[in-house]
Amino acid sequence: MTLIAFDAVTCVRGGRALFEGLSFALEPGGAALVTGPNGIGKSSLIRLAAGLLAPAAGRIAGDTPRALLTDQASLDEELPLARALAFWARLDRTEDNVAAALDALALSDLTDVPVRLFSTGQRRRAAIARVVASGAPLWLLDEPANGLDSAAVGLLETAIARHRASGGAVLVASHTPITLPAAITIDLSQRLTQLERAL
Amino acid sequence: MSSTLLHLISRDLRRAWIGGGALLPVAFFLLVAILFPFAVGPDAKLLARVGGGVLWAAALLAALIPIERLVAPDLASGVIDQLLARGQSAATIAFAKLIAHWLAFAPPVLIAALPAAALLDLSTETLIRVEIGLLIGTPGLAALALATGALVAGLRGAGAIAGLLLLPLAVPLLIFGAGSLDGGVGALKLLAAVSLVLVAGAPFVAGAAIRAGLD
Repeated sequence: MTLIAFDAVTCVRGGRALFEGLSFALEPGGAALVTGPNGIGKSSLIRLAAGLLAPAAGRIAGDTPRALLTDQASLDEELPLARALAFWARLDRTEDNVAAALDALALSDLTDVPVRLFSTGQRRRAAIARVVASGAPLWLLDEPANGLDSAAVGLLETAIARHRASGGAVLVASHTPITLPAAITIDLSQRLTQLERAL
Repeated sequence: MSSTLLHLISRDLRRAWIGGGALLPVAFFLLVAILFPFAVGPDAKLLARVGGGVLWAAALLAALIPIERLVAPDLASGVIDQLLARGQSAATIAFAKLIAHWLAFAPPVLIAALPAAALLDLSTETLIRVEIGLLIGTPGLAALALATGALVAGLRGAGAIAGLLLLPLAVPLLIFGAGSLDGGVGALKLLAAVSLVLVAGAPFVAGAAIRAGLD
């Protein structure tokens, strides 16, 4: 069963083509790493996969629930971490997952701390915990390692590995190295040169 | 009503009340009602005659206050992205926001109308008409505020533009609301009709504005 499939997808933003004719598919246990320099369209690709943008051409198939990590944590600042996560967990009907997700990101000591007091790295880990707790088979992670120290990157990689082992898939956009065994690499800078050559 | 909708409404309600956000429009409403007697002088008869209309104008101005925190903060914090990625439609999100906004806005204004009516020396009869009119008209005002909030979200100087956008559209509410003070049921029916149209249309306008803002 394919969790998500891009079929000749073209992304246009602000009148500018970011990439053209992009095709790939993710099966359970699969991973794809989107690489390339800033502004090349990595975040747009993630937003396409999340259904927040519509492709200019081609189609995106797959309707499994997906968990999205963007550069915002999307947790209510005034709430303690556990309650802020519980809002999304209640929406996803996965309240039982929250404690384990907090544990996986080494946040169990911070459950009573309001999110507004978090550091950049802690906020990032909290956002990743939201993804982990969602129980969605497909994770869409935009620069998940931003602001994380090396220990936290290790926690992230472990969480991704565990998710894949249990039949999930991840689509990761990152300009920093992140260990994803047997991942498809989608190098958008390569695609751009092809596009420019064609023009 | 689905549990998701209730969940979204309760979050918005909680956020409206923290930091006294829901009390600001009420304070503004009372302030306008207090300023007016200073401006026209202490003529009790005159105040009693125009007081009902003053309360309506005050309600309109108070509706402007919360506009900037209805949609923009959730867009900026990525909460709306998260909801859309979960397959919620933008119109559903806007509908939940409309109900939550009305619940946070209307009851405090209806209560604040009581002391304001006393300040303006309104008769009990006029007060009752104002309250009935506000009860029917505030859903329309809340709907306008939500649609405007979604349209101006992310703009620089959003508050001022929101005022320019909302107040002309709110004129029908003001005309029929103030018109109902003479005791005619016809004006109330027209007020209800305008309010209903605004409530029915606003979630779709706001939803489309949210969607358009994504690109």
